[in-house]
Amino acid sequence: MTTRRIPKTSVYFWLMIFFQYLPIAMLVIFSFNDSATLTFPLQGFTLMWYAEMLNSVQLLESVRNSLTLAIVSSLLATLLGTMIAIAVTRFEFRGKQALLALTTLPLIIPYIVIGVALLMLLRALDVSLSLWTVLLAHIVVSLPVTTLVVSTRLLGFPDSVVNAALDLGANFWTMLWRILLPMSAPALVAAYLIAFTISFNEFFVTNFLIGSDPTLPVYIFSQLRNTARLPVTITVTAVIMVASVVLLLVAASLTQYGRKS
Amino acid sequence: MTHRLRLGILITPPLLVLLIAIVIPLAGMILFSVRADSFNLDEGYSLASYQEFFTDPRYLRLMGQTGWTAFIVAAVAVLLAYPVAYFLAFHSGRWKLTLIALMIVPAWTSYLLRILSWKVMLGSGGLLYSLLNGIGIDASSLPLLLYSPQAVVITLVYVWIPFAALPIFVTLDRLDKRLLEAANDLGASPLRAFWRVTLPISLPGVLVSFIYVFIPTFGDWVTPLLVGGAQGGILYGNIIQSQYTRALNWPLGSVLSIALLVLILVLLLLYGRITRALTGENGR
Repeated sequence: MTTRRIPKTSVYFWLMIFFQYLPIAMLVIFSFNDSATLTFPLQGFTLMWYAEMLNSVQLLESVRNSLTLAIVSSLLATLLGTMIAIAVTRFEFRGKQALLALTTLPLIIPYIVIGVALLMLLRALDVSLSLWTVLLAHIVVSLPVTTLVVSTRLLGFPDSVVNAALDLGANFWTMLWRILLPMSAPALVAAYLIAFTISFNEFFVTNFLIGSDPTLPVYIFSQLRNTARLPVTITVTAVIMVASVVLLLVAASLTQYGRKS
Repeated sequence: MTHRLRLGILITPPLLVLLIAIVIPLAGMILFSVRADSFNLDEGYSLASYQEFFTDPRYLRLMGQTGWTAFIVAAVAVLLAYPVAYFLAFHSGRWKLTLIALMIVPAWTSYLLRILSWKVMLGSGGLLYSLLNGIGIDASSLPLLLYSPQAVVITLVYVWIPFAALPIFVTLDRLDKRLLEAANDLGASPLRAFWRVTLPISLPGVLVSFIYVFIPTFGDWVTPLLVGGAQGGILYGNIIQSQYTRALNWPLGSVLSIALLVLILVLLLLYGRITRALTGENGR
């Protein structure tokens, strides 16, 4: 044969990628479409929906709530996840498996159950719902992922480096601060970015714990019944999707960078 | 500073958060499930909600129906994801990690927004509708479009394909390629090698994928709401959700949630057994 054979699975793979990105592309296209209904054929180019999006006070308020939550919750989730990761990779102790199982629990239990269980507990303790209650939920939902990302990095770490530092008289915390954490920096940033995306987009737990200040996904969900606002809602959605894809691709390339170095 | 103290300092904060946000709420849910009233503690305790769950046929029937839907969604998602995983494991070459990222990244954006995007895809005047009309088919007569049980299945399959591909990819990627060379040397055709070597070895991954799709489908309530509509039917998650938004029956909501957790536990135990049997057969 003169031409290189392209495997059939390769064609299939790219079709699936196309299929995965198609709906997102559709949202982007409709966000520029000069029509109040989301129908083909397209009616021409407009930035009207973007202008309307930027003029919506409630919307911007919810974006601010979501950003604040995401910045704080992912910082805490990365910190706590790193603590677990260090404990399970650098220590031998009884109950290690139990700790790992407990950390993984939020991945196995459906979000709706986590949400309603927390809701009932908070209500029974007379805690009023607010962004603080959502913060707690976001930390715990991101925790399995940050733990996994950081401990994967720490596992690939040669013991010799750590032992050398300790032998040369560094105490445990100095070794963490000067050696282990700087060398895991790409994984820490990746964990942070992934936790950020999880928090920013979280809806299924948040929905039950939100007080009077909505997050962006909660706001979007509340707007879905409002047909007149649908193009603006679609525009916001398109912006978030594209931003998330970019952020996650950065996170992915950072984890790879971490592996190569 | 002793070893134990260091360990204590490291694990106490995360442990506290997990206790407050997961363990105590779940334990509290068991208490709530035997309360006689959602809000009034003076009403005391009763097993009425458990009784309602087992005697009112609606709940168990919905559990069965959701199980069937989740089975179809998981089976189709795994079937469609398998070749994706196969390509990534055997043919992606040095771009492997980049291609994995390319596939998993859209999936990791927002579940809610991805479902919403299918509302646009399937809606009247949406892409599918226009395409079918464009080639002269009256799309309004087709059951595939928005507000049908099929729309729920299609949307969920779309959502879960990338996640289903990952565990299968991991088992295929770890497969010792020499096994396939051996099969080839012994005269097996590629197809036969696939059926006798590759597929059996990847079955544990297939099972993980299946469960990974099956479980969240049970807890979903947004997909039926957004793309299912009145004809699309509801999933088990909808009935839990409505106990907290409309019916405000927290004891019943707790019982329904506990039933879901028990079902998941049974599935995981079953999974453990099947995997052990499978790997036993492979002589590993």
